[in-house]
Amino acid sequence: MKVVLQHLTKIFPSRNKKEPNAEVVAVNDFNLEIPDGKLIGLLGPSGCGKSTTLFMISGLQAPTSGQIFFGEDDVTSLAPENRGIGLVFQNYALYPHMTVQQNILFPLQNLKGENRLSKEEMLTRANEAAKLVKIEEFMNRKPSELSGGQQQRVAIARALVKMPRVLLLDEPLSNLDARLRLQTREEIRRIQKDTKITTIFVTHDQEEAMSISDYIVVMKLGVIMQTGKPQRVYDDPANLFVAKFLGTPPINVFAGKVESGKLYIGEEAVLDVADVEDQEVYVGIRPEGFILNKKGKLTCAVSGIDVMGRDISVVSTNENSLNPVIRSIISADELANVSGETVKFNLKPAKVYIFNKETENRVYFGEQVALHESIVAEMAAEGQIFTPHEDPLPREADDKTQTVAVEQKKGFIGKVKGLFGRKKKPVAAEEQEPAAEEAEKPQDEAVAEPDEPQTAEEDVKE
Amino acid sequence: MDKKKNQWKAWLYLLPAIAILLIFTVWPIINTLRMAFLEGYNGLAEAGGASFGFGFANFVSVVNYNKFLTCLGNTLLLTVITVPISTMLALLIAVALNSIKPLKKIFQTIFFLPYVTNSIAIGMVFMAMFHMVTLGSQPLSIGIINSIIEAFGGHAVNWIDAGSTTFNNMVVLIIYIVWNALPFKILVLLGGLQGVNKQYYDAAKVDGASRWRIFWRITVPMLSPMIAYVVITGFIGGFKEYTSIVGIFGDSMGPIGGDGNLNTMVGFIYDRLEDGFQGIASAAALILFAIIFAVTIINLYVSKKKVHY
Repeated sequence: MKVVLQHLTKIFPSRNKKEPNAEVVAVNDFNLEIPDGKLIGLLGPSGCGKSTTLFMISGLQAPTSGQIFFGEDDVTSLAPENRGIGLVFQNYALYPHMTVQQNILFPLQNLKGENRLSKEEMLTRANEAAKLVKIEEFMNRKPSELSGGQQQRVAIARALVKMPRVLLLDEPLSNLDARLRLQTREEIRRIQKDTKITTIFVTHDQEEAMSISDYIVVMKLGVIMQTGKPQRVYDDPANLFVAKFLGTPPINVFAGKVESGKLYIGEEAVLDVADVEDQEVYVGIRPEGFILNKKGKLTCAVSGIDVMGRDISVVSTNENSLNPVIRSIISADELANVSGETVKFNLKPAKVYIFNKETENRVYFGEQVALHESIVAEMAAEGQIFTPHEDPLPREADDKTQTVAVEQKKGFIGKVKGLFGRKKKPVAAEEQEPAAEEAEKPQDEAVAEPDEPQTAEEDVKE
Repeated sequence: MDKKKNQWKAWLYLLPAIAILLIFTVWPIINTLRMAFLEGYNGLAEAGGASFGFGFANFVSVVNYNKFLTCLGNTLLLTVITVPISTMLALLIAVALNSIKPLKKIFQTIFFLPYVTNSIAIGMVFMAMFHMVTLGSQPLSIGIINSIIEAFGGHAVNWIDAGSTTFNNMVVLIIYIVWNALPFKILVLLGGLQGVNKQYYDAAKVDGASRWRIFWRITVPMLSPMIAYVVITGFIGGFKEYTSIVGIFGDSMGPIGGDGNLNTMVGFIYDRLEDGFQGIASAAALILFAIIFAVTIINLYVSKKKVHY
């Protein structure tokens, strides 16, 4: 079942009556088209609205505005039980007083009218679901007598037994220990492949999302930052946030500048970027992007070496680094070449990303332009799955959530000010919103929209 | 050495509590046992130097009192009827309270009022509400309940006044006791409800369970420890019912002309104390204790099978 989310927005009203402006925009104009039978990972730091998005798809939370389609059906105002979804909660929410079998049977026993199954059919279905997730031998146990991983599988069986059109998983692995997490994520992948049910799962763990998803959706403060195949997003991040969020060890970020075709970190010109205009930039370098070289262009002070068997990780510092330490992964054979107090690196151009300092958006240079264009073309050729949206980095939305946070912290003076300004503000907000919505609606059907040049990343249909 | 010293300190700190417990709890229990088995025991006589034989005569006297079976029957009847009714009502009210947002606090306060009001005072209010004074066959003055009945076209009922039937008396008593027992039960169940993880309800909603099924398959099992607690304490309280009857019918424990008709076990014990038969009163208290103990054991046994912890 294809799932389409159009302009999905969720605003939680202020809980404090004295500060009506302290509303929280959890999800902001979320546009996504999820193809049938794929596994999608919603990825982002906590509070980015990914779970809210999931709960809106499930129907447990009503969107403030926007629409949700399953296939061709508009399910936006449909109750959860009528949407045909299976939902697995973060802590499973298995009914503790029922056995595993009763838990799995529960959704079937709720079916009414012509959908009602006979007892034998119910048992057969429950057994099939149990078999799929390999928990047949625990059918008569209580959830408390199972391990975390087994409980997880029971929860998945309970979600699958009613043959949902869409399977939703909320942080499915966060309650498991490291070993089980690896096992279970493969299991989820296998189950998804076996059943071919469109599956959406939420996680804050980028490794988890990258390893099993067909596509990942990176979110920040309720806004989509980037969508695509995991490896593609990793190789071709659209902005600094995405670059920083994906990858372990994390990307190394430096303050730098581009001046007459050269990329500078501090006083050192580390890379030729002939076609880039002069500007202040952030430089992101993946740990695997360093080449040890005695005549290297980037000089760092060595503070330690982590030996990890096949690879070694050189821990060093540079005064322009925004991270406390720089981690560079190089082959263990080169261990002998690391000596003395400083180390010099050359950089692999494909592993170096430049971001404009103000917008934090990606600035493409050299061969990266070609790579980026090939990825865009590839996605378009696949029938383009993700609806392009106006601006991958809507600064406005960002600012809105930030002002909200600021207003919550304003304290006494803010409250006094609020006494005078209170009545005007909400009215103004209300007036603006419908207008903005109307303006967007005609664009719904438009296949492509004229975008600003730097936002070409999402503008794949062109 | 140090350890011993500290232990002394600990005992010293515990001393006031232990002393109070010994004087007001342990000694009365032991003394009750003693009095129950001293035949024909009387405190004054003992102070005068009399001695009593040891045996079961007090228990035999208790059973032979002609009002004893009435008292025991009333106690059992009131308990068996009021505990299930009040528990179910409390459960429904708690669930309803938990599902509303506006006015929740106000309703909570209203339902909690009986708990903090003197039960004798409430009893007198009930007396006024249900009363009816007749002259010949013509009612002279009637309470609000009878007014309501008449407003709906019924006839005024003699609930509690001279000549009223025991059945009518019992109806009033049951209403009073149930109403009086509600607040504590609602409080406990509401607390339990608020402790139930909301995700179970979300899961049930996604699974398409009807409200009825959610109530029986999720709410009740989840609340079962609280329900068990409320039922067990309800039975214990029910067997000790006394003040409600005093409140509505006064010391005579019955309507005018029916003295003692509504007496209970605790009332029986008080009466024997007033008569000066402390030995017999103690024996009756032990019998009541045995009944409560047995019922509680049964309750615990049943709840072990039915309650999910």
